[in-house]
Amino acid sequence: MSILSRRKFLNFSLISSLGSLAAVIFYPIIRFLMPPKTPQAAQTEVVAAKVGELQLDSGKIFKFGNEPGILILQEDGTYKAFTAICTHLGCIVQYRADLNIIWCGCHNGKYDLFGKVISGPPPLPLTEYNVTVINDNIVVSKKA
Amino acid sequence: MKLSDWFFDRYAVQSWIDFFRKKYVPVHKHSIWYYTGGFCLFLFMVQVVTGILLLLYYRPTAEAAFESVQFIMTKVRFGWLIRSIHSWSANLLIGALFIHMFAKFFLKSYRKPRELTWVSGMLLFLIFLGFGFSGYLLPWNELAYTATKVGTEMTNLVPFVGKYLLVFLRGGEQVSGATLTRFFGFHVAVLPIIVTVILAFHLLVIQIQGMSVPIKLEEHKSKLKQLPFFPDFMLHDMLGWLVAFGVLAALAALFPWELGTKADPFIPTPIGIHPEWYFVFTYQTLKLVPSRIFFIEGEVLVVFGLAVGIIFWLLVPFLDRKSNQGIPAKFFTIVGIIIVIYIIVTTIMGYVIPA
Repeated sequence: MSILSRRKFLNFSLISSLGSLAAVIFYPIIRFLMPPKTPQAAQTEVVAAKVGELQLDSGKIFKFGNEPGILILQEDGTYKAFTAICTHLGCIVQYRADLNIIWCGCHNGKYDLFGKVISGPPPLPLTEYNVTVINDNIVVSKKA
Repeated sequence: MKLSDWFFDRYAVQSWIDFFRKKYVPVHKHSIWYYTGGFCLFLFMVQVVTGILLLLYYRPTAEAAFESVQFIMTKVRFGWLIRSIHSWSANLLIGALFIHMFAKFFLKSYRKPRELTWVSGMLLFLIFLGFGFSGYLLPWNELAYTATKVGTEMTNLVPFVGKYLLVFLRGGEQVSGATLTRFFGFHVAVLPIIVTVILAFHLLVIQIQGMSVPIKLEEHKSKLKQLPFFPDFMLHDMLGWLVAFGVLAALAALFPWELGTKADPFIPTPIGIHPEWYFVFTYQTLKLVPSRIFFIEGEVLVVFGLAVGIIFWLLVPFLDRKSNQGIPAKFFTIVGIIIVIYIIVTTIMGYVIPA
């Protein structure tokens, strides 16, 4: 049966003390470096524009909480709305009337007016929102 | 008693002076590449001086950053010049680092016993890219905002820790004023401290080991003509610095660095956007790679490839066994040529091919 030698005991005590000291120093530093989460009220709908604000065959970026959305007035007079964040690397997309598509200027990602990827690097389609016209307001809401 | 005698009487620096007096630099047909390192050092010093000057007026918040740079450029006397020199020398420095790194690579200067000189140099190169990336955001303009958004989003693709890295870099989920404050902290405090330590090591080992000579000349090393480091080589170096300073001043005066328009998180990415020229090859690669290759997302593959490439490049001195034995390693020369061609071609494509 081996008995813990005095040397081993001292080494163990020293290393564990130094380890604890390092943990006590670095744990608050690492936690400090990660920013606290700021609570946000979950917004489910927003007034994206007023009726008559958009010309036919054009688009507009609107604020949906902290994120951008895109509202498009199609040639037939109907509205479409999507998240404006490209699914590739997060750039803000725009409506290209000349190509009749939603386009991302960062890496040439192209989406059709259903949010589906036509070409380019985006891996996923754009999330579509509901659009309803209430009185003078164009209200965009998240799909259930 | 002379002041110098008083000083030397107290501090044993005579041995250092003797060391520099006895230091020689070999002269041969590739000697010109010895000056690239000093050139980088000079541009770094310009960065430090102009950076400190800009600090006196710059304000690192989303509300005030753009306006403070505007103030520097329009109201502060010679502010436009100082900021222009800072931006131009930053770009020239990255260019000089590329040249210095590839010159040392093709001359196989990384071989034994200079492995750590290469590794420390590579770390410096990566840190200077970090300087470029963090400094680019500081004027808080549209281009910088989008570049930072894409650049930081790429960290999200790193397996397991990507999300944490993204939040750490951005100071939150989105690129915001918190990101600007963080990048400012990295740019003026964290990165300079790290650079100081690694640069001191890099320069120290170069002084201890002296200059490397190409493999083919290694055998005749003792027969090569020698140039005293002090003052001859140093004077040559400084002459180059003087020319560089002239070029820098001319560039800054004739082509002042633009400020662009203030960043707005709610406007679409502008047409024709691209990052700083030294990141264009990565940007173009991201554009070229399809969204999916088999079951892996394209951008994940790009980030993975980039990481493997950087690790390979960092470990070259330990992988190239032939050069360590004094035998020319054609494989590594070919790999280097392919990398250079790839960087040049994709960079040109990034500028020439319309979106």
